Amino acid sequence: MTTTLAIPPLPPAAAPARPAVRARRRATSLFSAGEPQVWVTGGALVMCLLMIVGLLLLVVVQGGKTFWPGDLVEVRTHDGRTLVGEIASEERYVPDEQALTALADDQRARAQALLAVGDGKVRRRLLRTGNFELTGTHFTWVADFEILSESLPEWAVLLERQSWGRFYGVPTAFLEGEAVREVPDPTGGPARALPPRPEGFTRVAEGPAKAWELFEARHDAVRERWEARRELESDATGEVNARIEKQRFNVRRVELDLEGVPTLKAFKAAVSAEIARAGWAAAQAAAAREGRRFEEPEPAAAPARPGARQGAPAGEADTFERLAAAMRTEADEAAKAEVEFREIRGRIERLNAENARHVLLFSTSDGQEKRVPLDEIVRAMAPNRLSTPERLGVYASRWGEFLGDEPREANSEGGVLPAIFGTVVMTLIMSLMVVPFGVLAALYLREYAKPGPLVSLVRIAINNLAGVPSIVFGVFGLGFFCYIVGAGIDDLFFAERGDNPTYGKGGLLWASLTLALLTLPVVIVATEEALAAVPRSMREGSYACGASKWQTIRRIVLPRAMPGIMTGMILAIARGAGEVAPLMLVGAVKLAPALPVDGTFPFVHGERSFMHLGFHIYDVGFQSQNSEAAKPMVFTTTLLLIGLIVLLNVVAIWVRSRLRRKFNAVQA
Amino acid sequence: MSVFPPQKGVAVTTPDADAPPGQPAALSGASAASKSAIFAAISRGETLPTETHASLAGMDAVVEIEGFNLWYGAAQALHSVSMAVPRGMVTSLIGPSGCGKSTLLRCVNRMNDLIDSVRVDGSMRLNGDPIYGKAVDVIELRKRVGMVFQKPNPFPMSIFENVVYSLRIDGERDRSVLEEACEKSLKGAGLWNEAKERLDESALSLSGGQQQRLCIARAIAGDPEVLLLDEPCSALDPIATGRIEDLIQELKGAYTILIVTHNMQQAARTSDTTAFMYLGRLIEYGPTEDIFLHPHLKETEDYVTGRFG
Repeated sequence: MTTTLAIPPLPPAAAPARPAVRARRRATSLFSAGEPQVWVTGGALVMCLLMIVGLLLLVVVQGGKTFWPGDLVEVRTHDGRTLVGEIASEERYVPDEQALTALADDQRARAQALLAVGDGKVRRRLLRTGNFELTGTHFTWVADFEILSESLPEWAVLLERQSWGRFYGVPTAFLEGEAVREVPDPTGGPARALPPRPEGFTRVAEGPAKAWELFEARHDAVRERWEARRELESDATGEVNARIEKQRFNVRRVELDLEGVPTLKAFKAAVSAEIARAGWAAAQAAAAREGRRFEEPEPAAAPARPGARQGAPAGEADTFERLAAAMRTEADEAAKAEVEFREIRGRIERLNAENARHVLLFSTSDGQEKRVPLDEIVRAMAPNRLSTPERLGVYASRWGEFLGDEPREANSEGGVLPAIFGTVVMTLIMSLMVVPFGVLAALYLREYAKPGPLVSLVRIAINNLAGVPSIVFGVFGLGFFCYIVGAGIDDLFFAERGDNPTYGKGGLLWASLTLALLTLPVVIVATEEALAAVPRSMREGSYACGASKWQTIRRIVLPRAMPGIMTGMILAIARGAGEVAPLMLVGAVKLAPALPVDGTFPFVHGERSFMHLGFHIYDVGFQSQNSEAAKPMVFTTTLLLIGLIVLLNVVAIWVRSRLRRKFNAVQA
Repeated sequence: MSVFPPQKGVAVTTPDADAPPGQPAALSGASAASKSAIFAAISRGETLPTETHASLAGMDAVVEIEGFNLWYGAAQALHSVSMAVPRGMVTSLIGPSGCGKSTLLRCVNRMNDLIDSVRVDGSMRLNGDPIYGKAVDVIELRKRVGMVFQKPNPFPMSIFENVVYSLRIDGERDRSVLEEACEKSLKGAGLWNEAKERLDESALSLSGGQQQRLCIARAIAGDPEVLLLDEPCSALDPIATGRIEDLIQELKGAYTILIVTHNMQQAARTSDTTAFMYLGRLIEYGPTEDIFLHPHLKETEDYVTGRFG
């Protein structure tokens, strides 16, 4: 279809009437060209940006340099001290008179010359000298005028140790112990392994270079054995313990069924005695079979089990039988566990004995000698010998440890993996709770409720809820979730655990729920806005097709509002992941014994306490013994937390943009 | 004009005195025609019998409307409207803005139920079944009526899902049934050749005219007994409008179509019967040719010849 249209020419524009001249201003005046309002508004924005960028820069710079291995400086002072360590920070200060008068004359002259140059101030540096168990301090201040000489000794070695913090010294020799001796166990268990005797060590390498060579050759194997030992100590032992515990709870559960029955105590005593006799007989038989001597005294004969009570309710006798069975199972399990424990202990002993054979001998800057077993050393280096690429390697390896390992030394060293894990899992559970809940609430408010004063009131209340201080939510979470809901769950399902609360204390689940409440208003408000933005024409189209209200909401309104709902979720994540105050009340702890997610059913353990990066920052920065050493960790952990929140947000934003592309395309 | 026509003017008994905003044309025309007896009666608030042409009598009606009144709150928007929409034909509703055309159209599938303040009275039947009444299931009723709106409103999903939406909400899961219905509807709406390669793409990637034809395909997918078109071309360019008008001609016969239009030429071109409405009253109703060439009433003639409105 083609149409030719004759477009009439536009009428000639009439000459505009000359407007009355009102106070005309020059084109170059400030108000027409520079618009002060632009400067005011733009300036405010720039101030905001500067503050944000400044904060980020501080965190990135301070957090980023924590793990860089600096030079080890050896400083000799006039009063005869020798210090070796890393320079942690420096400042200019005004030395007090006494310090100056204590100096010898020529030194005082030098100090005064320095002071004259520096406007009455002089530089001093904070040296991280470590060796806490020898010197009682981690850090030492050294002022410039105190220094006699300064050098970078080639063989100054830095040790990061399993405990006691850092160690600085020069390796002098490598000691190797005698081979592990095995002695039979008199009680019939596996053979015991003995560590080398003190006199059983030989110096296999003399001098720093040779000792270092040997150290590098053996350290990895020693650490592998150490890791294996740690796994045996925690995982394997924990697994056996959990089995025993389970049987104990089984017994306790049956016992609870018989609570108040007067003969319970006598019955239990009788069964215990029967089990003890049976165990003794079995041990005797085993000893006879193996030809060992068996000297344990025979336990007393078991008393008779009390008979059934007169008028006992039906099934009580059965319950008693079940109790006896459970107690026998418990005893069997305990006997089996005893064997397993011995076996685990034997393996641990062997690993320990083997590791104890490798010792590095150091001399410290103050002339002391120190033996350091290799399995105590997490990481060792001679920083002054390292090239830049090697330092980068150390830097990367320290980051790796930080991200992938557990903390040591009261959280001031080692990694933060449990905290990362706790933060992420908590945030995810929170999102899973808050988004459906908030969306349902918003749906009712926007789609079903009749607009009126009540709905307005509810809306105002929800907005105000967003302004409630977060610690109030923490108190509520503790009082409601932990002490009411949690205690109720404990009474119902975990009665056999007695007074030891399972859900009736802070934990991952309650922390997530508390934060879900805290972030609920954000989700509701964002969802409501998104629902309101769905065009009326789309709903009408759906109704006209014969869809019911719920079908329209589910198939048209919700998908269309999904990007907006995701925005709410992003805001909730940003708020929730950074929140600390309420978590201190409902489950975040300084050091969690176990991750809240593991391989045993039900995989996510909502009742467990967990570590959280935000709380970790507070703990490391303000609750640490060694606060000077912990300071860089505060920045690094902050950097990590910010990075983590950014990551969570980026994922959510990516999902949202995908949804947008799908639903929003070019709709006018 | 919005989806919900400005109803203020309808309740006004003296249009000269209290002009509804946005209708200067109707007003100036009304003053020219104010001497007419009918408009004078309307301005006094009286109810008038519709001038229904005798040639329409005895036709098989799909929708029968009798003495239908509608109020938005206290304002009456439809005054005792009575008409019968003949089967297999295209019936157009014309009249100046705010005369109640869209309101009447939206009464047929009870879209006005979505507005809380609406109250109706009178009878309306679809193939003999009452449309209003306590026992009527609105959802079932809407499934028997297809509707296309002023602005294309494809759903935020694929072209395929858009077309089979009414089947989906009925719980149809059989892929072959859905595909068959999709193809049939798209062919019916003349969109098959353009869309068959991209059924899985978002419906929002189509052009405006294509989107409107997609909406028509969606409306006929449920095999409606009557198809309501509410100014289907008002948001489209002339070429897309031409295609929609051709489509209406093709659909005629298979479907009964009730169309609201502001475009007199469109009404003349596409429809078989035409109803002229003014201030909530159905003034004259007859075969399109008669309405445009030999209207019984002077008021109708004034309107269709563009003397007012």
